[in-house]
Amino acid sequence: MDTIPHLPALRRGKPYESLDKTEVLDHSTGKVVAVVSQVNAGILKKDIQRIGEARAALKKFSVAQLIEISAKAGEFFLNGTLPLGDKGHTQTADEYVRTLSGTSGLPHVMVRRNMAKIHYALTHVGTVLNGLTRGLPLEVIDRGYGEQSGAAVSYYPTTQALGLVMPSNSPAVNSLWLPAIALKTPVIIKPGREEPWTPYRLIQAFIAAGAPPEAFGFYPTDHEGAGEVMRLCGRALIFGDANTVAQYRDNPKFSVHGPGFSKILLGEDCVDQWPEYVDLMAASIAENGGRSCVNASAVVVPRHGREIADALAKKLGPIQPLRSEDENARLSGFANPKMADYIDAAIEDGLKTPGAEDVTAKYRHGARKVVFEGGTFLQPTIVLCDSFKHPLANREFLCPYASVVEVPQADMLKEIGASLVVTAITKDPGFTSELLDSPLIERLNLGPISTMKISWDQPHEGNMFEFLYKRRSIERA
Amino acid sequence: MNTLSSEAAQAQLEAHLRETIQWHFSPETGSPFWLNWAAKAGWDPRTEIHTVADLLKFPHFEDEWLRDLQPEVWVPKAFAGRPFNIFETGGTTGMPKQRIGWDDYKIDYSEFSEKISDEHFPRNHYWLMMGPTGPRRLRLAIEHLAQVRGSSCYFIDLDPRWVKRLITNKQFDQAKAYMEHVVDQAANILKHRKVSGLFTTPKLLEALAERLDIWDAGIRGVFCGGTTMLPQYTRFIVEEVLENRIGFYPTYGNTLMGLAASVPLTPEDQYSITYYAPQPRAILRVVDPEHTANTVGYDAWGRVELTTLTREFFMPRFLERDEAIRRRPRGQYAWDGVAEVRPFGAMQKTIVEGVY
Repeated sequence: MDTIPHLPALRRGKPYESLDKTEVLDHSTGKVVAVVSQVNAGILKKDIQRIGEARAALKKFSVAQLIEISAKAGEFFLNGTLPLGDKGHTQTADEYVRTLSGTSGLPHVMVRRNMAKIHYALTHVGTVLNGLTRGLPLEVIDRGYGEQSGAAVSYYPTTQALGLVMPSNSPAVNSLWLPAIALKTPVIIKPGREEPWTPYRLIQAFIAAGAPPEAFGFYPTDHEGAGEVMRLCGRALIFGDANTVAQYRDNPKFSVHGPGFSKILLGEDCVDQWPEYVDLMAASIAENGGRSCVNASAVVVPRHGREIADALAKKLGPIQPLRSEDENARLSGFANPKMADYIDAAIEDGLKTPGAEDVTAKYRHGARKVVFEGGTFLQPTIVLCDSFKHPLANREFLCPYASVVEVPQADMLKEIGASLVVTAITKDPGFTSELLDSPLIERLNLGPISTMKISWDQPHEGNMFEFLYKRRSIERA
Repeated sequence: MNTLSSEAAQAQLEAHLRETIQWHFSPETGSPFWLNWAAKAGWDPRTEIHTVADLLKFPHFEDEWLRDLQPEVWVPKAFAGRPFNIFETGGTTGMPKQRIGWDDYKIDYSEFSEKISDEHFPRNHYWLMMGPTGPRRLRLAIEHLAQVRGSSCYFIDLDPRWVKRLITNKQFDQAKAYMEHVVDQAANILKHRKVSGLFTTPKLLEALAERLDIWDAGIRGVFCGGTTMLPQYTRFIVEEVLENRIGFYPTYGNTLMGLAASVPLTPEDQYSITYYAPQPRAILRVVDPEHTANTVGYDAWGRVELTTLTREFFMPRFLERDEAIRRRPRGQYAWDGVAEVRPFGAMQKTIVEGVY
């Protein structure tokens, strides 16, 4: 057996070893931990032409059976020893944690938290589907028609496959595609270059749980191949920065997952009690290493901006990198140090525009960007901005970063722009009503709730059922 | 085809080299360009060039000479008065390199005809060329190859200069539309005419195979060239586009050299294609880019250097814009081969090679 695992492409579940391989490296030691077969775009085109076979394999199961399989897969994913590649290697849950931590820079504690989210999503697919379908009897999906609340309903699939061009920075985003299997939709996954681990392990968990291997396409590929996934799958999820997702945003074929620009708003009525909410604000900014789209990237308040920024800076500024296995580790290393360079430079560049101050600087140990035991890290940064127009006021970076901006309550909804999650700490019925009416907010937390809290049965970014199925009117004689 | 020992091949090459040097540097037969060059250089290649190693006495041939000078300077006296073909190279914009010629392409392609099987390219049938025609030698060469085999050829043109311009300007939609336009025409021919042999570029082949089943369309042999074919891509073409049942003949060539054929792939090759120059008419060396007098070791990467040695054209030590792996002699070829040819510097920078 080779000492380094090889992750093949999976073509309708069948391993394919390419002559082109890339190496996945440990982010701090540079050691090769796996080689990954790379396929060209032509292979994707060939396989997607035959995707009907993959869907047929899933259609042999009922939704209820697939929900059960998903739940079993959740257990395998969380605790199981699963095949790792095609050279006889296996991977325990602990090995998954160590490997993913080593290559992504996420501390073990965060990997485990991400695992727990994925496990929850897999073991609650029934609940999730109930939420997404608003209680549709699942047999309707099996039969294609039926009744809901006394009305005839019929749904048809919008696609033969769900395409996924995955990022490398947060394993929990894989939870987004999990309901697709129970919805009988094969997946065509282009894993992130530095994070093949989670989709591969999930696929193995599904197969171990009894899902048909044909339902899974795992295609490490280049930019051209990623383009074909997007072009040829009838529906696809796209992740990326604001520029990347902008080109797909208005196309119903795509569900875009870009920066969240999530925010915490303090109302006039609560802002004077701001010290009570510092822990909540700090957690919303820094949990999961500040890498999620649901991490708060701005705190918007009518007054006390400087004190709030200072309190957050005092709390977050001293956080330093720790060894990845340390249970107290709160920062994530960068698999690609150039990304850290870019972020650091972007913040420094923004600070050159008058009206912004890095209030964390005085509490931080050393520079923002540090190298710790071979890994590159960005230490937390809180920037006090004098207006929402400042270039650093509405930015999102892959690290604990937030701006604090004073904006009169009456202007807040005009200023904040599109926000994936808004936690609004207010009891003011008028402001609450305005918030409820706002089309800019995808998920609204009313009261002191972390922006990181999500509900699986309430989609915060697109409804996977409505994405994969469409209702038609039906009449049967 | 007879297989020479490496000693015999070397002897044949050096005899041919001496004869070619005599030809190009003798006032009775040589071209104005080389006669003037020798007069200025102050040495007589006829007395100093005896072996391939002696070719190092020549500097690298400069491609500007083929851009800047009028074509008649290249006419050997022995060909004076005989109209010539003017062929142009590649897909760059601006003034292209031009090479004149008479029969070299026929000689090259008649020889190549012996290397392709009747099973894949049945005699007395029809061919289709889908690729760069225009001012390239390739267009006449393919037609000659078909005709040597008793066949006739349909042609669909693709202008690589236009494709490069579209890609350089990031007009990817237009490049794609143009490619579709080309493939549409080829599909139309295959739908309405009997064709068994196909010349095209790898990307066009892939696009054509997405449009129709090329085996069912009658194609039994594909002769490919023009762009990089790295091992995994070659494997994809062989296994998935040609489905292991259509003959595949990758080639490396250009207007300045002629045609370097590849040896049939074996499982040990792992789809790494090795090409062999049509010695003695051309010599390919894989040289150290920093010290071009030296070849690199076997199985190492270096820059491709071409020397062309025919009565029509002499071109010593031209540094191609390609890099390749130097391979050992093999099979019927008793001289070095070049493998996995790709644009020079491909690992360092992105190079517009075209989607064609």
